[in-house]
Amino acid sequence: MDPSKIRTILATDCGSTTTKAILIEYRDGEYRLIVRGEAPTTVEAPFEDVTKGVLNAIEEVSELAGRKFLDGDTIITPKRPDGSGADLYVSTSSAGGGLQMVVAGVVKTMTAESAERAALGAGAIVMDALASNDGRLPHQQIRRIRHLRPDMILLSGGVDGGSVGHVVKLAEIIAAADPRPRLGSTYKLPLIYAGNNKAADEVRVTLGGKTDLSVVDNLRPIMERENLGPARDKIHDLFMEHVMAQAPGYRKLMEWVGVPIMPTPGAVGNIIQTIAKQHGLNVIGVDIGGATTDVFSVFGETFNRTVSANLGMSYSISNVLMEAGVPNVMRWVPFSMDESDLRNRIRNKMIRPTTIPHSLEELMVEQALAREALRLAFDQHKQMAVGLRGVQRERTVSDTFEQTGSDETIVDMMALDLLIGSGGVLSHSPRRHQAAMMLIDAFLPEGVTRLAVDSIFMMPQLGVLAEVHPAAATEVFEKDCLIWLGTCIAVRGESKPGKPAFTVELTRAGGKSESHAVQFGEEKLIPLELGEEAKAKIHPAKGFDAGEGSGKTVERTVHGGVVGLILDGRGRPIALDPADPTRVEKIRAWTGALNAYPSTEPALVG
Amino acid sequence: MAHAYTPGLRVSELTILRKERTLPLKGEVVVKEGDSLRADQVVARTELPGNVHSVNVANLLSVLPDEVPSKMEKKEGDPVNLDDILARSSSLFGLFKSVVKSPIAGKVESVSHVTGQVLLREPSIPVEVDAYVDGKVVEVRPGEGVVLETHGALIQGIFGIGGETFGTIEMAVTSPEEILDAGAISAQHAGKILIGGAMVTAAALAKAVSSGVKGIVSGGIDDATITAFLGYEIGVAITGNEEKGLTLVITEGFGRIRMAEATFTLFRSLAGRKASMNGATQIRAGVIRPEVVVPQLDRQAKGGPVSEIVAGGLEVGTKVRVIREPHFGRLGRVVELPAPLEKLTSETMVRVLRVELEGDRKQHVLPRANVEIIEH
Repeated sequence: MDPSKIRTILATDCGSTTTKAILIEYRDGEYRLIVRGEAPTTVEAPFEDVTKGVLNAIEEVSELAGRKFLDGDTIITPKRPDGSGADLYVSTSSAGGGLQMVVAGVVKTMTAESAERAALGAGAIVMDALASNDGRLPHQQIRRIRHLRPDMILLSGGVDGGSVGHVVKLAEIIAAADPRPRLGSTYKLPLIYAGNNKAADEVRVTLGGKTDLSVVDNLRPIMERENLGPARDKIHDLFMEHVMAQAPGYRKLMEWVGVPIMPTPGAVGNIIQTIAKQHGLNVIGVDIGGATTDVFSVFGETFNRTVSANLGMSYSISNVLMEAGVPNVMRWVPFSMDESDLRNRIRNKMIRPTTIPHSLEELMVEQALAREALRLAFDQHKQMAVGLRGVQRERTVSDTFEQTGSDETIVDMMALDLLIGSGGVLSHSPRRHQAAMMLIDAFLPEGVTRLAVDSIFMMPQLGVLAEVHPAAATEVFEKDCLIWLGTCIAVRGESKPGKPAFTVELTRAGGKSESHAVQFGEEKLIPLELGEEAKAKIHPAKGFDAGEGSGKTVERTVHGGVVGLILDGRGRPIALDPADPTRVEKIRAWTGALNAYPSTEPALVG
Repeated sequence: MAHAYTPGLRVSELTILRKERTLPLKGEVVVKEGDSLRADQVVARTELPGNVHSVNVANLLSVLPDEVPSKMEKKEGDPVNLDDILARSSSLFGLFKSVVKSPIAGKVESVSHVTGQVLLREPSIPVEVDAYVDGKVVEVRPGEGVVLETHGALIQGIFGIGGETFGTIEMAVTSPEEILDAGAISAQHAGKILIGGAMVTAAALAKAVSSGVKGIVSGGIDDATITAFLGYEIGVAITGNEEKGLTLVITEGFGRIRMAEATFTLFRSLAGRKASMNGATQIRAGVIRPEVVVPQLDRQAKGGPVSEIVAGGLEVGTKVRVIREPHFGRLGRVVELPAPLEKLTSETMVRVLRVELEGDRKQHVLPRANVEIIEH
């Protein structure tokens, strides 16, 4: 289609919890976001059809725009002479989010354990590890597989060239279980075989017809060596391309769209790379969803993307609590609360994933947990962005991904220019200040870093739109999507509370200058409006580094935003001991300095 | 919003339910279409062949393979017990005697005069599927299992642990606000499904297990209680295979939450009846909720079989339950569905509804996402 003829664009993103729709139109010489609608995602019974949620979200767009986009259960494309419909409809999906796997290996303490490690390394939850010697009878194993309805199975066993009997028997058990994916029956369950290469042909015969089988290198080629890379990367790729996008009704949705549906992380990755390239910046982006959290980074020419399949704010919320530990979540809660209360609140979100925080306390608890989800996802990203220097690539099976040469992450917080947040908890935080705090507390930027959020959670839709209409996508992205929060100045180092951390001399446009001293443990917010720029001379105290080495002055231009200029003297990492009796006081000082919450709320004054 | 789909949990006094009961492996269906079954009746069975053990009798007796058949005390097809003598030999005019004992219980599968090996097979393992609920067979799937239909009450929970079980319903508390503690449970509750109120304690769970209680239904439970009971923390809500000697169904959520009045009243009316329950829960796309089914085959529900999940549009007059703080667990009726976004105390701008909650008859503003439709 000729891009110049596209004037009205409808785009949806089907998340695991919510389906978001946006309407973009060409008006007065530019493409702009007009309205946005959303509705619960309908992958669950009784609907089991992702298109229902899409129609509901578009119906909301219709109501808000005062125009018709639906004719019964059909999206009107192209636009009709009466003004109804859109010229183009595109969509992204992560509706099948969350990755729960069953792994199988011949010996419980050997190949089954290696398989478990490969799955965990790819961000999966291991629901069960089957082994020939796990003490269960075949029918018990079969029942277990059927009950669990895993998203994917990883089968391993035997060293290369070794005996094939046991691993083939495991394959037969899996075949007998006739595993079906939990979402609909339109696609076959992905199964990765990473065992004895000599048994691969027999495994193909046994499982090839019943599953979507991929064969990769043995994860235990010889007894003494593990080779988890190929299996782990395959899990990651299959999850992204296959499981995540799959959902009941997906095929129907495929027929509706003008360009192929993209997995949400793929689309967001597109946008992040575009920004980095256009502005020549080192960028980190994060998209925190209900089931998964995706982290993207561009340092120099290198793009990396990770999908943490079980870190998220609804379906995966309990898993965040489990992985982070209660004390780590609790340390960010700006009031006293007992552990059982925190646990119960988080479990209640797990069992009612679509609810939203009504009271301020509930919001604070969710935002505390979000910091830990972001931190854990970023940790995983840093680990996986190791040794992948030099090329922009999606890792494939053939990459052996051996961690030789460099085991240092390429993520360099001091070199980071821009940190962008997206996803419900960041895009919909009632005050943008809260989003800025969550990003800083979780990612710990160092030196001078600009912060931005996706205004209303529309980066996925723009990512897929960029495939067909880059001009429209870029225009909307810059004018309507990115909300500039401001800039964070932080120094690396440690000291004692009350000791000086750094001083900033700020020269605003027009020549007016001012000086701000920041003590260790302190956070400050300096007004710097959206569109405003200032020259900042940062003088770190002895032992602190702002990017040029200990105590060395750094000069940069800093940009304003809806939050302003944040001076962070809390050091890196932030010392926040959950058991510290002054913890609540510290957090309140920070949230107070950044004007994050209404100060009249009883939780804050009581 | 034109459509406000709000999935809810089903709490029905009388409904038609269909249950699929199938074997993990191909086997034999032992009931016919139209048969009326009890929950504990087997509908299909199969046998898993026992494991094979080989015993090198020739080596153990130091004889030639072709001599083995003549040394056997047990013949092919004979049943054997553990340590039964399989074969015996004597040498040097009977001075030295050797015996080979059976390492397993089972039967003699084969005796080879070529290799001198004797193969023993363990008894086959019966695999059976029961009906799970009292009901009638409406469909037979040859070699696999059946579909059963029953008429009765269905109460879905929000979260559960443990698998299928059955027992007689007994009220263990007198009001839905009460906490079910160990003191209310005794040996006479063996085989029962106990109905609690707002919470069940760790001590009560322990006492229930030791007293042979089959299942407990409670409005709320502390997360710490479940973690201690299971011995590990739940990361993703996928349950049903726990073997703790007790099935647990939570109807409202975590913490101390009064069981919904309607649910409690329904259970009270069902006291003394036989029920089937399952704690299996999967909270992810493709949700599975725990349930209690109380067949009442003397009654006939109208209409066709129901979907096990309720969903519908929110309208003025719809009966809802609040599923998040504040007012968590309370019931009410929708009185208004304003279109514009409104600001909550958390400063979040959302679509709301006005609801009149039972108890205070006052109107409250709540996010639409924080209620679920309930059905009776």
